[in-house]
Amino acid sequence: MAFLHAAGSKVSSLKEKRSLLPYLLLAPGIIWLFTFFVLPIANLARTSTQTPTANGDTGSYEQTYRFANYIDAFLENKEQFSRSFIYAFLATVLALAIAYPLAYGIAFKSGKYKNLLLVLVVAPFFTSFLLRTIAWKQILGEEGPVIAILRGIHIIGDNTSLTASAFAVVTGMTYNFLPFMTLPLYASLERIDPRTMEAAGDLYANAFTTFRKVTVPLSMPGVVAGTLLTFIPAAGDYVNAAILGNPNTKMLGNVIESRFFKIVDYPTAAALSFTLMAAILILVTIYIRKAGTEELV
Amino acid sequence: MRLTWWFRKNLIRIYMVLGFTYLFVPVAYTFAFSFNNGGKSNLVWKGFTLGNWQNPCGAPDVCLALGNSIRVGLISTVAATFLGTLIAFALGRHQFKGRSTTNTLIFLPMATPEVVLGASLLAMFLNLGINPGFWPVVIAHVMFCISFVVVTVKARIASLDPRLEQAAMDLYANEFETFRKVTLPLVAPGIAGAALLAFSLSFDDFIITNFNSGTLTTFPKFVYVASARGIPAQANVIGSAMFFLALFIVIAGQLVNKRKAR
Repeated sequence: MAFLHAAGSKVSSLKEKRSLLPYLLLAPGIIWLFTFFVLPIANLARTSTQTPTANGDTGSYEQTYRFANYIDAFLENKEQFSRSFIYAFLATVLALAIAYPLAYGIAFKSGKYKNLLLVLVVAPFFTSFLLRTIAWKQILGEEGPVIAILRGIHIIGDNTSLTASAFAVVTGMTYNFLPFMTLPLYASLERIDPRTMEAAGDLYANAFTTFRKVTVPLSMPGVVAGTLLTFIPAAGDYVNAAILGNPNTKMLGNVIESRFFKIVDYPTAAALSFTLMAAILILVTIYIRKAGTEELV
Repeated sequence: MRLTWWFRKNLIRIYMVLGFTYLFVPVAYTFAFSFNNGGKSNLVWKGFTLGNWQNPCGAPDVCLALGNSIRVGLISTVAATFLGTLIAFALGRHQFKGRSTTNTLIFLPMATPEVVLGASLLAMFLNLGINPGFWPVVIAHVMFCISFVVVTVKARIASLDPRLEQAAMDLYANEFETFRKVTLPLVAPGIAGAALLAFSLSFDDFIITNFNSGTLTTFPKFVYVASARGIPAQANVIGSAMFFLALFIVIAGQLVNKRKAR
């Protein structure tokens, strides 16, 4: 062991001598992220306080530091704002409920088929995300199987439809972000030493108590990572609402998109983007603090 | 009693069957409707045909869009994999000042909603007088792929046994030789995985692309625009073909790994 330590210190002393190397490795990628991520966000912040120029050309704005843009944008769109977070929350909870048993089964109950099943979880996501969302429109549509079954057993009436509804939007979102939930859950469940569960059994815990007191706490890093990876893209999504929803299910993403392209109202779009990002970052920070995991990246 | 016992014993298996059904129903739908003889609108089943598979470019512009997606995907993948791998090595193998700032800068693009990434880039390009199009899309894709490459490659570097590199050094390999003959081959599967991930993220991206593409049509954008008036079945052919191709690559990769492990 002694010579290993010696070799180790040799390696580290070499690295300390060339302390420039890590910066050379970082520079190209970090410059790219700075130019095309940090600067645009800063520019967005600048745009968000602009107002239309006096001559009234559409799409031309000047800087007046009007912070009231934020208040106007929020008040005008508070419905879409709360809807974004409610839908994202519902989709995250549903995805967790679907993914946890799935990840658990793959990690502990699938024996030699583990890798195959893992591939099968990811496989659907090689078909284009938009094609799958449109497939949901067909599945839930008037000619689809779901509506026929539900009408057949009289759960819904003949005049109720499932598409163009909040139900369809949340279904699509849950589906589209499911692998982002399943994979981190599987990764943390798979790392659990099965002997910890056996030990709980030896100490007279029944299956449910073992699950609640051993498995769930040990899988928390996966739960935190999975819920974040689902919630963040879901809160900013507008594709599911555009394809599966109706005018009353519009989310903040839809508003930002149409402000940009249809109305060329850049300041409002920028203010809304910023508010969305800030709200997500605040929620995520609180959540990570509460859940007590920092090993996310 | 026996039935309840069986049910309880197999609860997790029943649940898994249901879960996988949920996952695969839309894929099955997409696949089934690639055989639909529906003409321009592919929402209702009108009869079986192999025509769409025999002539995947039959619908106007679908192959043009596919070609654009592949070009954007390949260029972005090469650039993002290169830049991200360098960062991953700096983070995984070196101590330096500014480490936590770097980690935050890597994490933030992943924690930012796509609509914000897309809108902010477009606003900057417009301010600079750059027209949206092919290169703005490539720039955007490289930007959001870098973080995913860093995370994937860093995980692989972290799982390496440092004693392998130390052993190479003990055998009088210099730092560069150690890197080229020991470290790089060991990290290579992680880099390959990261490149596959980057390509699939780029290929499937719609939101950021839609903001920055201008008149350029990628495959997801083609599907989105077409969805208003009916998607040609050829889009389903391409979606299904991508599914089988990716499945084949992943399974082949696993088999190669298994053989190497033996």
